[in-house]
Amino acid sequence: MVYQNENCFRLNHLENSWDIETYVANGGYEVWKKVVSGELEPADIIEEVKESNIRGRGGAGFPTGLKWSFMNREAPGQKYIVCNSDEGEPGTFKDRDIHRYNPHALVEGMAIAGYVIGASQGYNYIRGEFWEPYQVFKNAINQAREAGFLGKDILGSGWDFDLHVHLGAGAYICGEETALIESIEGKKGQPRFKPPFPASYGLYGKPTTINNTETLASIPMILAKGGKWFNDLGVKNAGGTKLYSVSGHVNNPGNFEVRMGTPFKDLLELAGGIWKGRQLKAVIPGGASTAVLPAEKALEMNMDYDSIAKAGSFLGAGSVIIMDDQTDMVKAMKNLSHFYWDESCGQCTPCREGTGWLYRMLTRIVDGKGRPEDIAALKDVSGKIMGNVICGLGDAATIALTSAVEHFEHEFVHYIEHGCSIYDRT
Amino acid sequence: MVKVEINGQVIEAKEGDMLIDVADSAQISIPRFCYHKKLSIAANCRMCLVDVEGAWKPLPACATPVTDGMKVHTNSPKAIAAQKSVMEFLLINHPLDCPICDQGGECELQDVAMDYGDDVSRYSESKRVVGDKYAGPLIQTDMTRCIHCTRCVRFGQEIAGMMELGATGRSEWMEIGTYIEKSIDSEMSGNMIDLCPVGALTSKPFRYSVRAWELKSHKGIAAHDSIGSNIILHSKNNEVKRVVPNENEAINEVWLSDRDRFSYEGINSEERLTQPMIKKNGQWKTVDWETALQFSVEGLKNVLADSTDVGVLASANSTVEELYLLQKMARGLGVENIDYRHRQIDFGMDQHGFHTPLLQDSIEVVEKLNAVLLVGSYLRKELPILNLRVRKAAMAGAKVFTVNTESFDFNYKVSNAQSDAGMVFELAGVAKAVADIKGAKHELVADITANDAQKVIAQALIDAKAASVFVGQISQLHPDYAVIKRLADLIAELSDAKLSILPIAANEVGAHLAGFLPKNGKNSAQMAQGMDAFINLNIEPEADFADGDNALAAMKAAKFVVNMTAFDSEIQREYADVLLPVATFAETAGTFVNANGLKQSFKMAVEPKGEAKAAWKILRVLGNLFNLNGFDYVHSNEVLQEVFDADTSAVKFSEIAIALPTTNNDAKVKLVSPYQMDAVVRRAPSLQATPDANVETMGRG
Repeated sequence: MVYQNENCFRLNHLENSWDIETYVANGGYEVWKKVVSGELEPADIIEEVKESNIRGRGGAGFPTGLKWSFMNREAPGQKYIVCNSDEGEPGTFKDRDIHRYNPHALVEGMAIAGYVIGASQGYNYIRGEFWEPYQVFKNAINQAREAGFLGKDILGSGWDFDLHVHLGAGAYICGEETALIESIEGKKGQPRFKPPFPASYGLYGKPTTINNTETLASIPMILAKGGKWFNDLGVKNAGGTKLYSVSGHVNNPGNFEVRMGTPFKDLLELAGGIWKGRQLKAVIPGGASTAVLPAEKALEMNMDYDSIAKAGSFLGAGSVIIMDDQTDMVKAMKNLSHFYWDESCGQCTPCREGTGWLYRMLTRIVDGKGRPEDIAALKDVSGKIMGNVICGLGDAATIALTSAVEHFEHEFVHYIEHGCSIYDRT
Repeated sequence: MVKVEINGQVIEAKEGDMLIDVADSAQISIPRFCYHKKLSIAANCRMCLVDVEGAWKPLPACATPVTDGMKVHTNSPKAIAAQKSVMEFLLINHPLDCPICDQGGECELQDVAMDYGDDVSRYSESKRVVGDKYAGPLIQTDMTRCIHCTRCVRFGQEIAGMMELGATGRSEWMEIGTYIEKSIDSEMSGNMIDLCPVGALTSKPFRYSVRAWELKSHKGIAAHDSIGSNIILHSKNNEVKRVVPNENEAINEVWLSDRDRFSYEGINSEERLTQPMIKKNGQWKTVDWETALQFSVEGLKNVLADSTDVGVLASANSTVEELYLLQKMARGLGVENIDYRHRQIDFGMDQHGFHTPLLQDSIEVVEKLNAVLLVGSYLRKELPILNLRVRKAAMAGAKVFTVNTESFDFNYKVSNAQSDAGMVFELAGVAKAVADIKGAKHELVADITANDAQKVIAQALIDAKAASVFVGQISQLHPDYAVIKRLADLIAELSDAKLSILPIAANEVGAHLAGFLPKNGKNSAQMAQGMDAFINLNIEPEADFADGDNALAAMKAAKFVVNMTAFDSEIQREYADVLLPVATFAETAGTFVNANGLKQSFKMAVEPKGEAKAAWKILRVLGNLFNLNGFDYVHSNEVLQEVFDADTSAVKFSEIAIALPTTNNDAKVKLVSPYQMDAVVRRAPSLQATPDANVETMGRG
């Protein structure tokens, strides 16, 4: 039995789940009331979040309670809570559905997080293409304001908190938290050099906490049912539930909220199994920035941080890209490398120059003009980007490719030697 | 202090200092492109990656603060591998056009590639090509060569205070540009040429003229404003090919104004006078020096025989030696009509003595001021380097105010007190406000009522720990200069601020030291009413005088005019009788005294054009031909010795009784473009092609 929809998606089956009435009727904003009334102290909330063992759902997996504890609530001056909804990683579409089906959980989660860190203002940065989620979320903010959950002197508590939505303009790099900050500030979306980290120098130079949408939307349930409840849903080192966006060669692609540690096989089954009666060839388990796993490794793993790491990849944002046994891995990598080449912000040298080099080599190989030295060059150029860049984009651009060359080198070799794919009948 | 170990060498450093600075101080070289000590840290080129023990990946030395016990390797296999990686990436899309690139030979990319690059590229894909952008008459772009270090962008934002260049696009398509194509108009724009590590931004006037390694370097002093920026003149075949800044932290740091950078074009002007010429019976003819000098002496003697009404006029961009000898010769001949202040209208203070214009704060200290009041000054265009220091102060929170005839576009926040009453009454209002706050009464402003804006200025000056009042060029040009100085002095005195009457031209202070002033004679304006003869050094009356037409008429009416000039012109040929070709600032040894009174001597960088001679040498011979004593100098240093026994002089403005004017005379101020200030810059075509060459288009808000 696979448990589903216990957290962010718990209302999805209801009509108008996005509506404040539905949310409130199902216990929504109860935690927020306790928080502003003082019943729940910031320190207690942090303890509860720590106990829940929730780790950042944006992909990096940083413990949320620890992140919040970096902020000094009592320090004077403006602070900000920012939600990163710039869901741009290929294969990732979970945060979109949180906005569409359960926006009030996010509103409440952001309000609570803001209260804990002492921020009276919050920004939700939504991916530019997410027009519908943007509209739904804006509506949710308005409803929450009307209901008195946002604004000045919330529920007579003396606490002020308001939310703003910022729609991105279509750059993947703005999902990097410091580029996101720059973008909100109206600047070109480029990552900042760290340190300083946002906790000390964030939005408009003020202390800022940035969390992923799923993380923040999980907060109300964690506090309603307790950190222990949440942690117990998952496995060691990975508390709670997780949203997985399953895409690719499956019969029933979509988002699935399951418990951490759910076997990959079960998730694949939820997604209707491999399409066209074919077999699994490979999986990218955490989004385009994580390593490709061959079927035999994937089928043995469970969907949690440690298990996927053991298999040789990363849970990332839980974006599971399924490739069937007819997938041309070289073309797949060409496709991915085009994405990173296109999306590099251009700021630092290795990523700006290296991503284009990788893409051009892969294009040449796919075009049948590969050379024997190209495989070594793919590895070498990847290695020269990795670790030498300002943010994670450059690194990410090499990870899937490096693993694909490692696991499926024969396909690259075939292209180079024969000028065509192993699947081409020539 | 902390101890850091770099390549096994233990270095003491301040905690938080960046690794690259610590390494630099110990002469451990780390390659870099985006890092520049005067700009913010970008950490984008990644060339300075080094191996820090305990860090899994190499760290950029420019952005890694040192901590105690940190162990760093700049040349370990890991560090070298990272540096070489970055080098390879930088080169894959860089065009191999070094042979036709002006930066070749002085290119940071070339230099670093020698150490970290491979001799053959293994990149065989297509290379990026970026269209060039028109960036005005001074900067040539070749954007395919750009390595995206963003030094130029940061310079605009942080130093010039005008973000004229920015990065658009992302990934490989990231381009440095002006977004909407336009010229780069900052008065400091040429510095971007120096900052660009590659040949993406090069000097347009210099383009394709010479290779960097063919140039000879000569240290010099900039000749177009009173800051005395240190420069290096680059020459080939006895011609100045370009001018670049010579670093001097106390003066111009690493910067140079466009005026001082590109004025060299004037030296090489087609209009240079290369041979002595005399006019006989209305006909000009080229003669040898002896003939020309004899002709001059005779002509002047004829006039002097029955008149000492001879005008002696020089540009304040002349050297101390030139000015000193010229006045010495004049006074030896009994002539006292000596002046350099041709644009001044109001000489009302002269009766009380000659106040040497001086910047009372050292240039370095200006950036630490807490409040500045600019009185009649578009400082940005008048003294760009000083303006940078004021900008730094403003960026650090200093309050800057202006009292001007009109509103100008500053590159930092200024509060401008301005009204229909005119700048004198605005200034009087500030003085009154200061007096009111201080509980002082003063006759001069007794009838004035201060308004709120004036009170704000007064309060800020009084509250500031270090405040200064700068009286600038627009004041010099104002019909009420004397009362402006008086009011500025009153404000400074009552608010405990320093008063600086700013010298504008390169050697105004030197002119004072040299006694080039009408102590017992007529001033420039009076001389422009008509004299029997003129001896002119480096001036063009039609352009250098407040009333050019009048001055020109006086020249034409004079019986005899000797022009010591670097340039020939039709206008001169109309009124002069002798044209003596003189060396420009690059062609003579000499001394300028800067706004702080700093005496900076320089040597000849190139030989004078044609038969032109250093003016001090001409004057020495003239003195001897007049049989005057004390003209037996062999070296310009000997002249200098005599001058520097002299001291600056100060007038106690506070003891001078003066009344406010009855009308607003602001409209009578005739602004001068920074590129019309002297004969040399007027002949620098590239500068003349910029908006600042014209007061109508000179940046004004």
